[in-house]
Amino acid sequence: MSLLIEKPGLLTTVQDLGRFGVQKYGVIVSGAMDAFALRIANLLVGNAEGEAGLEITLLGPVIRFERTTLISLCGGDLSPELNGVPIPLWRTVLAPKGSVLAFGPMKLGCRAYLAVGGGVDVPARMNSRSTYLRAGIGGYEGRALAVGDRLSLGEMTPQGSQILGLLAREASKETGAVSRWAVFPEMLPKYAANPIVQLIPGEEYELFQEQSQHDLWQEEFAVLPQSDRMGYRFKGRELQLNHSKEMISSAVTMGTVQVPPDGNPIILMADRQTTGGYPKIGQVASVDLPLLAQASLGARVRFQKVTLQEAQRQWIERETAIQTLREGLEQLETSYR
Amino acid sequence: MTYSPSLADIPITPLGDSALIVKFGDSIQKDTHHKVRQLAEHLDRQPFNWMVEVVPTFTSVTIYYDTMKLLAESVKQGGDIQAESPFKLAAESVFQLLQTLRDVNASSARTVEIPVCYGGDFGPDLETVASRNGLTPQEVIDIHGSADYLVYMLGFAPGFAYLGGMSVRIATPRRETPRISIPAGTVGIAGDQTGVYPIDTPGGWQLIGKTPIELFKPQQMPPTLLQAGDIVRFYPITREQFESWEETVR
Repeated sequence: MSLLIEKPGLLTTVQDLGRFGVQKYGVIVSGAMDAFALRIANLLVGNAEGEAGLEITLLGPVIRFERTTLISLCGGDLSPELNGVPIPLWRTVLAPKGSVLAFGPMKLGCRAYLAVGGGVDVPARMNSRSTYLRAGIGGYEGRALAVGDRLSLGEMTPQGSQILGLLAREASKETGAVSRWAVFPEMLPKYAANPIVQLIPGEEYELFQEQSQHDLWQEEFAVLPQSDRMGYRFKGRELQLNHSKEMISSAVTMGTVQVPPDGNPIILMADRQTTGGYPKIGQVASVDLPLLAQASLGARVRFQKVTLQEAQRQWIERETAIQTLREGLEQLETSYR
Repeated sequence: MTYSPSLADIPITPLGDSALIVKFGDSIQKDTHHKVRQLAEHLDRQPFNWMVEVVPTFTSVTIYYDTMKLLAESVKQGGDIQAESPFKLAAESVFQLLQTLRDVNASSARTVEIPVCYGGDFGPDLETVASRNGLTPQEVIDIHGSADYLVYMLGFAPGFAYLGGMSVRIATPRRETPRISIPAGTVGIAGDQTGVYPIDTPGGWQLIGKTPIELFKPQQMPPTLLQAGDIVRFYPITREQFESWEETVR
């Protein structure tokens, strides 16, 4: 009935798509850093896209499956192996009872998402199963996973059972089975070690010096070691306002690029505070948030200007592709003969 | 980019590609706060079905939206999915709502009384606050406990209320070296603001006391003692009262 954590990895937490509706109480959203990857992983095992899965960071865990189940790994490539055999990302995998999932070196990206048929079944807190580490809330006992933790799984959906049936025909007890279907590579974000990230100019963009506006689009910005789930700190050309401005705290969101007085930009991520008072020079286009979520320490990021209209157009395109994938998976039984 | 039809005196601006900000003013004022609360309360009661959530702050209300739901709604009403700008659709709906809200009053404020045990190891900076303002510790307590504080917004930490209304007579700058951990329930002063730490947090506030009551209750809904628009009053309790209070809660 469960997943057994034999080694926890560096930082493995239970996450869903986040805790919405309670930001007005000062409660942060949390959730998967690369929400796209978690959504796809869930769809591939027949789950609703917002089920809880595991966010695996840099150094992967060792996990034993105590029942036969479907799994999918999406997002960063941390060289996953099932019973010692490498398994591909962005596919459905049947993990036989007793099989062991382990990880190797980090190849591309730094966060892998594991979805399991039925989802990780931890109690929802304030409508979400996401782990809020600092307040010790949600996820598995409000903390990162540790050796010996045993996570229950929810019940598989009829669609998940159907996919399991399809894969079981060709599965072996030792290695399980990997789906022949996979996500179209064209619909994936352009993950890269040094990504180009689209930014919509922010509310205070015009208040920055002309040189700083220029530098934002022309220079590279390196991800600093102090970066985490709360935010990414960057080092590059310092970005300066024309005149210092007394700001009144207002809402901020994932991907908000704020610039404190030292001139080094911070991009707010999943565990950001709900409000902030630094000038906002830009806002990451939602379609490109996965690129940042997968950027490792030291990554050199370039920013590209995009209009709000274009960012929304790309978002609609991405969502339409996900919808197509969802429909394709629903028709798997008929198309997979 | 701002959505402001000729009638509008309230700018609606985008926060990225999935939220918008309705800005009611440029300074922290009660009047602005009432408008913020009026809109936020209305949206809590009657959310747009494309709305993800709403966050009221000092001078603005931020509305998070689901682009795909917004478009689906518009197509249902005969819109063209290719032609519509999701931000503009959302802004138009909000603008129309604002026109109908003008004469609606925000609900009357709740008053929440918070007991505080001042000084001692609960409030190690009470003496500092007193001496910097030429007061006795008792005078600081009297002044702190005699005002009505307005909860402008929650933020910074779950259940942390930004309070307005503290007397400048007890205003004190932050400590030069922040403390690594301040226990939940601690009451502090920073500049001309006062507040209560809802969870253990590092911080640089001048600490003057501690309350035995919980400000963040994640197992309840709403999960916080205070909400935007509340009036807060602090009143002093003794160490004995503090301890028996904690006993009863357990």
